[in-house]
Amino acid sequence: MAQKNWIAIAKDNLWYNNPVFIQILGICSTLAVTNTLINTSIMTLGVVFVTGLSALTVSLLKSFIPRKVRMIAQTLIISFYVIIVDIVLRAYVPEVSRALGPYVGLIITNCIIMGRTEAFAQSNPPLLSLWDGLTSGIGYMYVLLMVAFVRELLGFGTLFGFQILPNNFANWTIMVMPPSAFFMLAIFIWILKGYMFRKEVKK
Amino acid sequence: MSPDVGLISLFFASIFTSNILLSNFLGMCSFISVSKDFTSSNGLGLAVTFVMTVTTAINWLVYHYLLIPFGLEYLRYIVFIIVIAAIVQISEMVIERMSTNLYMSLGIFLPLITVNCAILGVALFMQIRNYNFLQSVIFGLGSGLGWWLAIVSLAAIRKKVDKSPVPGPLKGPGITLITIGLMAMAFMGFSGMLNVQ
Repeated sequence: MAQKNWIAIAKDNLWYNNPVFIQILGICSTLAVTNTLINTSIMTLGVVFVTGLSALTVSLLKSFIPRKVRMIAQTLIISFYVIIVDIVLRAYVPEVSRALGPYVGLIITNCIIMGRTEAFAQSNPPLLSLWDGLTSGIGYMYVLLMVAFVRELLGFGTLFGFQILPNNFANWTIMVMPPSAFFMLAIFIWILKGYMFRKEVKK
Repeated sequence: MSPDVGLISLFFASIFTSNILLSNFLGMCSFISVSKDFTSSNGLGLAVTFVMTVTTAINWLVYHYLLIPFGLEYLRYIVFIIVIAAIVQISEMVIERMSTNLYMSLGIFLPLITVNCAILGVALFMQIRNYNFLQSVIFGLGSGLGWWLAIVSLAAIRKKVDKSPVPGPLKGPGITLITIGLMAMAFMGFSGMLNVQ
């Protein structure tokens, strides 16, 4: 694989090939946590940490892992970092850890991480893989934060737990329930892709 | 959090009201990418149901008879995922023997069941909610059937959607997500009947 430079990788992961709204990866475990901004930020920080470091580790170890067992080896590396995240969360922010419930553990099966380690870290040098992992994690983070922003604002009238909208605002209960997560993500995909299409047409 | 929930209501709740896919968002990746085609989504639904039931049972036994006695609960993520990977590997070999057609049509998605969040999710939910053995098996079976039902109905709906005039940027994943959202609302309509949290 030809080596891409650092900026091209970042641009690709943050925009042209964004894991969430272009590839629709990794939305499994995290649509559920986008109803409040605090949960989303902590969850996505965990994902950035795990994607970056597991890409780094896989890239460092790639010559020692036989090709046949690489899937399970990657899964074990990922679970190792997820356990660290889980323990740290339970020690420092126990109430968030309780609210996230099983979803922290489900970072293991987040397709983005598996996809990056498999598609990129397997065939690239360690530092570049770390950068790739971090940027794709961040690409995932900002889309989810946008979704969470709208859902929390309209669902609870708050941002990061502070009351923003006036008290007489009638909360949209549907916004904190599961279906709205799908609608919000679809609307964001629509807007972002529409913007992308327009730029391509102009060119 | 209620270990005394009835088995029958647990079964139906995990199919309809607390559908693993539509209310907990688990297993979305393969759900969106496979549901383009009816036959393979049917086969994948079957495989997921099977793997889910078996792994929930084995994971329950492993968690309660191996991890708890030795105080190794924090290793549960690794252990659960290894059990799941092993079962997927076995069922891959069995399916290859029994039906080459199904094996071919599932292709890459069969090994990817390992990283299907729904399967790990069910194992983690059963542990967090303190289900006993029988409840866990019923929960696994019900969730599998619920996933199957959801993917098959989405595949059927997408056949129609493909022929409809959808605005460009919304094509593909966008409209699919909206369809899933509408399905989630429809499934929530059952929620007055039973409730299992």
